[in-house]
Amino acid sequence: MQTVAVVGGSLAGLSAARALREQGHDGRIVVVAEEDRFPYDRPPLSKEFLAGRIDVDDLALTTSVDDAELDLEWRLGDPATGLDRGGSALVLASGREVAADGVVVATGARARTLPGADLEGVHTLRTLDDALALRRDLLVSRRLVVIGGGFIGAEVASTARDMGLEVTVIESDPVPLARVLGADLAATCAELHGDNGVHLITGETVTGLAGNGRVRAVHLSGGRREPADVVVVGIGATPNVEWIAGSGIEHDHRGVWTDAAGATNVPAVVAAGDCAFSHCAYAGSAVRHEHWTNAVQQPAAAVATLLGRTPAPSSAPYFWSDQYGARLQFAGHRLPGDSVEILDGDPADRRFVAGHRRHGDLVAVFAMNQPKLFGRWRRQLSPQRIPAEL
Amino acid sequence: MIFVGSVDDIPLGEAVRVEAAQVDAGVPIAVFNVDGELFAIDDTCTHQDASLADGWVEGCAVECPLHAACFDLRTGMPSGPPAKLPVRTHEVVVDDGFVYLRVSAPVEDAPAEVAA
Repeated sequence: MQTVAVVGGSLAGLSAARALREQGHDGRIVVVAEEDRFPYDRPPLSKEFLAGRIDVDDLALTTSVDDAELDLEWRLGDPATGLDRGGSALVLASGREVAADGVVVATGARARTLPGADLEGVHTLRTLDDALALRRDLLVSRRLVVIGGGFIGAEVASTARDMGLEVTVIESDPVPLARVLGADLAATCAELHGDNGVHLITGETVTGLAGNGRVRAVHLSGGRREPADVVVVGIGATPNVEWIAGSGIEHDHRGVWTDAAGATNVPAVVAAGDCAFSHCAYAGSAVRHEHWTNAVQQPAAAVATLLGRTPAPSSAPYFWSDQYGARLQFAGHRLPGDSVEILDGDPADRRFVAGHRRHGDLVAVFAMNQPKLFGRWRRQLSPQRIPAEL
Repeated sequence: MIFVGSVDDIPLGEAVRVEAAQVDAGVPIAVFNVDGELFAIDDTCTHQDASLADGWVEGCAVECPLHAACFDLRTGMPSGPPAKLPVRTHEVVVDDGFVYLRVSAPVEDAPAEVAA
């Protein structure tokens, strides 16, 4: 294989490029990226970076020494707009073409938003520029409304509260994060908002954003009007897959379809990271994982597939969230109907480990402020039992 | 030197954290017991804020409890991304059943440890 094009210049794309070299690819690697920046770490964008405790240089994922040896050809700020059938030629926004023998699709996802989001003061948070713009607004605002009680929403609420803002979080489900963590653990996490003086409104949807030029209020389905100087919309992300339309690669609104090892239906094309809708042995179905660790590990498997090698078996899905001074960690995959038990500590103390069991097997572990015990229990997760098939 | 505690306070395969207030350099240090041999490194992962004393020890490496970053307890070198920089290592002195640390110079004064 002479030239591999890695489409996507964030964590998954960089991880793919590194994996290509580690796995012996000595031909060209062209990395195509929408943003005109070298890869940076996104988790701090809602936390330390938004709070102003670290700066742009601290976010860099590349190193001047190690990554120079990777000998990558960067095409920054020039996103791919098309891929031919067979996956041998990319077209970029500038009109330039990149011929490739293999393609890694790692185009990630973009933040979903709401009608009315073009008002000033309404933000989503996905990129470094998003974080800079949000921080500028938070510094001069008094009241923040966060739409969506997921991880991004909770982390932004936490950071803004630390910065002295009055914060309201609006969640359409009865309990935020219940679909991920289960109702009991999600309820404990939801209490962190109130513990820290953040107002959580659940079971209501947003019917509109009001303001004349600049946002002034958020209207809710119950008829309530929440005043706001700044609004963050944190309602999930949409995979960036539109650009492969016409390539013959199977995909839909859920992402690029792959097997557990990143293979698409086109032999020269693999996909990984936030854009990939991949079979997950732990879930027993196809899932699009939007987590940092997946964006590090899945590209290595996809690259092995591309190079005709055998990928290492995938480890259990894992993610973490830091909010309100609490460290939350989750590994495995929980399904509705799994039973939950406290393995150590007490949720009332905000320091505990809980496990989800299915037919007696430990299938998921959650910890709040217990990183050491979490590391132990995570290694007790039952090995994947469900055969991998697309 | 900084007093850490009794050797018995650090069981096999475990680690203790010496809090920043006890250390002149102002950063916490983790002391690990690997098969009876003690190793000391800076406690905070160079990638993101996590305590390595909470990490999983395997052989002579500790895995950051937040990510997959591993550090060699003997050299402080990361095994690979996401950590880019080494953690400092510190000399451990055992005297009469008690553990002490001789803290290394801050990274700025130790060019050999500056990477990237």
